[in-house]
Amino acid sequence: MKIIACIKRVPATDAQAKIDASATSLDTSSFQYMTSFYDEIAVEEAVKTKESQGGEVTILTLGPSEASKEVRECIAKGADAGVILTDDDWQARDCRSTAKALAAKIEELGADLVFCGKVATDRDNSAVGPMLATYLGWSCVTDACELELDGTSGTAKRATEAGLESVSFSLPAVITCDKGLNEPRYAGLKGIMAAKKKPLDEAAPQVEESHAKVVSLETPAPRPEGKIIGEGAAAVDDLIQALRNEAKVL
Amino acid sequence: MSKAILFIEHSGGELRRASLECLGAAISAGLDVTAVVMGPGADAAAAELSSSGAGAVCHITGADSWSPDQAAADLAGLAKESGASAFLAAATATGKDVAPRVAAHLDSTLFSDITSLDGSSGSLQTRRPWLAGKVIATCESASAVFCATTRPNAFAPSEGGGSAEVTERAASADCKVSVTGTSVKEGGKLDVQEASVVVAGGRGLQEPEHFSLVEGLADAFGGAAAVGASRAIVDAGWRPHSEQVGQTGKVVSPNLYIAVGISGAIQHLAGMRTSKTIVAINKDADAPIFKVADYGIVGDAFEVLPALTEAIAKVQAEA
Repeated sequence: MKIIACIKRVPATDAQAKIDASATSLDTSSFQYMTSFYDEIAVEEAVKTKESQGGEVTILTLGPSEASKEVRECIAKGADAGVILTDDDWQARDCRSTAKALAAKIEELGADLVFCGKVATDRDNSAVGPMLATYLGWSCVTDACELELDGTSGTAKRATEAGLESVSFSLPAVITCDKGLNEPRYAGLKGIMAAKKKPLDEAAPQVEESHAKVVSLETPAPRPEGKIIGEGAAAVDDLIQALRNEAKVL
Repeated sequence: MSKAILFIEHSGGELRRASLECLGAAISAGLDVTAVVMGPGADAAAAELSSSGAGAVCHITGADSWSPDQAAADLAGLAKESGASAFLAAATATGKDVAPRVAAHLDSTLFSDITSLDGSSGSLQTRRPWLAGKVIATCESASAVFCATTRPNAFAPSEGGGSAEVTERAASADCKVSVTGTSVKEGGKLDVQEASVVVAGGRGLQEPEHFSLVEGLADAFGGAAAVGASRAIVDAGWRPHSEQVGQTGKVVSPNLYIAVGISGAIQHLAGMRTSKTIVAINKDADAPIFKVADYGIVGDAFEVLPALTEAIAKVQAEA
């Protein structure tokens, strides 16, 4: 089975956001980067699927050359190869042009299953996975928290506001992964050493211009200074009064 | 007026609030809305929609089971045929499953979880959070169709009115994915993103069994409250991920957010800082959660929560 896990290099989740002088892009000078949280779950599911069904796993990303760090880290967890669609403008690339560039590469590489995270923790758009599947004309299950494969089809579960939805689908498919699907492993020393010898290709993506235009960026106004009502259970009465009369939420 | 196709969700014929908010957003932005419903019970939903403020209602018939790709193909087909310049859905689990597929069919970009929509300049402008709300981006679309999902609780629901004609349309055959069933949550528990009150617990509770204090306080709100959890206790396996509030969980903005034993890491604050009123209960007076809280009580959860639960129950009984 040919499996691809798509990942994105994103700012670490504890990053403070600063806006640059143009007010239309982020000041990235102090950012530390990491593989997006949910993409780690996608990589784990890809490797688990390879272990149970056989096949090979390729890590695919659209990003800067520096994303080789994240791609190698993912390969070290049991993947076989990596491909970076090198794009200097990756920070500004929108979901449509990213999905189209990934779809073109996936068609070229060939695959039965593509795993993505359910959302990248920078733009929070949760769009690339299902858009990619639609461009490919494939099945797509989003937010999968359980997955079972059976030859040319599969079943999955996804959480909605009402409960757990059961979904059946045919392959080839794009699955976007939610927390709970698996517990991502750590790369062992052996994996890290082996990853250094695995092929990591850089290729120019087929990108179209981004359609999402940023007019301006701002950081939200800080919340007004709150107050400590008091200490311990004795403060409860004052809190109730404040919630009732000041905040008017009771 | 620019035409818009809206995907409207309902449960067994009852229109979902998040979809009525999406409709409200579209009408306020000056769009000429065709509201689209489908699935079991859509007859009743279509009838209700005809007086909801939409300019037209389309009922898609004939689909045996719910399929997000089938829905997307039908919605995109309608958008193309009607020459719509916008497609909107609510940013629910289902809306976010369908909308990106619609956008791709229309070869258009998508803005998820928008918190504002302005049509006053002639073209649509929207605001949406990045980095879980650490940054707010104002954006425009250069695509043929402006596609977006509206964040629940960010828009006022449509006030209704009118008597739109309901047309029917047969569902397409595009169906590679189908939903075979839904196991409903026990006791009809509210989702943390839909509740008007969220009581969230963190590591300060020390042991998983102490989380019952948080559940007890939520119960005291008489069905209006959902429980939330910090990443630390979800990772420790005390609580399911569906309850996690924060950058790698859910972003919530209830009327009242009560954080119990949560220190307030930046990832958590990103997930709840837009709540209308925030209360923090924490032993550590220097905890960062107090910086965003409107009201704080410094103290032990084991002492404060039983007293607060009793006081809230009393307020509810009086109401």
